[in-house]
Amino acid sequence: MLFYHLGKYVLLMKAALKRPEKWSFYWKEIAREMVSIGVGSLGIISIISIFMGAVTSVQTAFQLISNLISSSVIGQITRDNSILELSPTIGALVLAGKTGSNIASQIGTMRVTEQIDALEVMGVNSPGYLIFPKIIAGVTMIPMLVIISITLSIVGGGVAGVLSGALSQADYITGVQAEFNNTILIAGMVKSVIYAFIITSVSAYQGFYTSGGALEVGESSTRAVVVSCILILCADYIVAQLLL
Amino acid sequence: MIEIKEIRKSFDDKEVLKGISATFMSGSCNMIIGGSGSGKTTLIKCMVGLHEVDSGEVLYDDRDFTKLNFEDRIPIRKEIGMLFQGSALFDSLTVQDNVMFALNMFTEMEHSEKLDRVNFCLNRVNLENVNKKFPAELSGGMKKRVGIARAIAMNPKYLYCDEPNSGLDPKTSIVIDNLIQEITDEFKITTIVNTHDMNSVMEIGDNVVFLHQGQKWWEGSNKDIKHTDNTELNDFVFASKHFKEMQK
Repeated sequence: MLFYHLGKYVLLMKAALKRPEKWSFYWKEIAREMVSIGVGSLGIISIISIFMGAVTSVQTAFQLISNLISSSVIGQITRDNSILELSPTIGALVLAGKTGSNIASQIGTMRVTEQIDALEVMGVNSPGYLIFPKIIAGVTMIPMLVIISITLSIVGGGVAGVLSGALSQADYITGVQAEFNNTILIAGMVKSVIYAFIITSVSAYQGFYTSGGALEVGESSTRAVVVSCILILCADYIVAQLLL
Repeated sequence: MIEIKEIRKSFDDKEVLKGISATFMSGSCNMIIGGSGSGKTTLIKCMVGLHEVDSGEVLYDDRDFTKLNFEDRIPIRKEIGMLFQGSALFDSLTVQDNVMFALNMFTEMEHSEKLDRVNFCLNRVNLENVNKKFPAELSGGMKKRVGIARAIAMNPKYLYCDEPNSGLDPKTSIVIDNLIQEITDEFKITTIVNTHDMNSVMEIGDNVVFLHQGQKWWEGSNKDIKHTDNTELNDFVFASKHFKEMQK
């Protein structure tokens, strides 16, 4: 069963990533998807990022009560956690819920209402038209969201740390600037691109092969989120093993 | 002209189409009728390539569609228009963008030319001032008309209509039937209509193919139906008491 779905997924991606019939037409779709995935997710990503940073900062301060450790370490830990894990992975899990379910239900509805059949009868490569713009928009916009998320998470950590009295603003900034290793940023960005591909392609796959009616569209949407989340966590482990 | 030869199609172990052959002439309204589960929709989907046939041929003016791959089918597909049962308009696009879709995708026409073509098609189906509306804002009959406008936007040689009157009131059904017939005559299109609606069959059915249990059971004109002694066809056409009395 796993290989059956894997084979179908690979064939769908092969069709989706074919050269578009007409680039100018696809650009409009890509721009539309960029707005939907990028701008549409900015609000929720901003909110969770601020709180992720704040919680990391406060909890790290709680666990590091020692005169031997400088409080600026809190800034350093918040920064590294935000770049390496919180913003890319937690952000991707949230986006799998928001964007993934949206993609699966959108394509699934098009399938059950014969809109995909209408595209195919016209001679349009339907996987290409429906999935390619979403993947391109995802792999460009989700890393950008992750960069914004990292920034807000670090800022949120600073604000919470200072407000709780765990450390001073100067100590936090010193920590954030200390011993920065480029590898964690590269790993964070690589993760975000991989997660973006997983979210968009897996959700599109689930939607594209929906059959039945409204109930099945809902099931596809749920399955898209569940499978995306599992694959994101698997990819998280693999990337961490390979890059760190 | 569309010719189908010995079309067979199975899903798992169930054979839905059992060797159907027929010829559909250009400039005529060809009706495919039959009870639920008789294979009408499967036959149409096989003919337009939404299902692959197990065996048999679908010839569009002697070009065998079944032997072609996706890329090679595109030129024939550009000559096909299809009206779907639920209209299948793209929800996220306006009426204008729906009708313009294939023109945008496959032609290098200027925007003004495309707009003229869209307006011509919408006028042809008696729709005005709906260009900027979304499908959700239209009535069932209007959606069908937009569906027809989209189907004829590329000047098709072949027009498929899957249950064009389903969900419509009798008066709107007649409007849609007349529209299909007018367009068929005007543009000399080979039109194939899959329907349950016997009023449509009697109104516009130049050639009628009756499917029963996955086989072609009867073929003739709408006038022949009234005098046929084919039991299954009579059971289907004159199913209601009202029609039985009319037949007597």
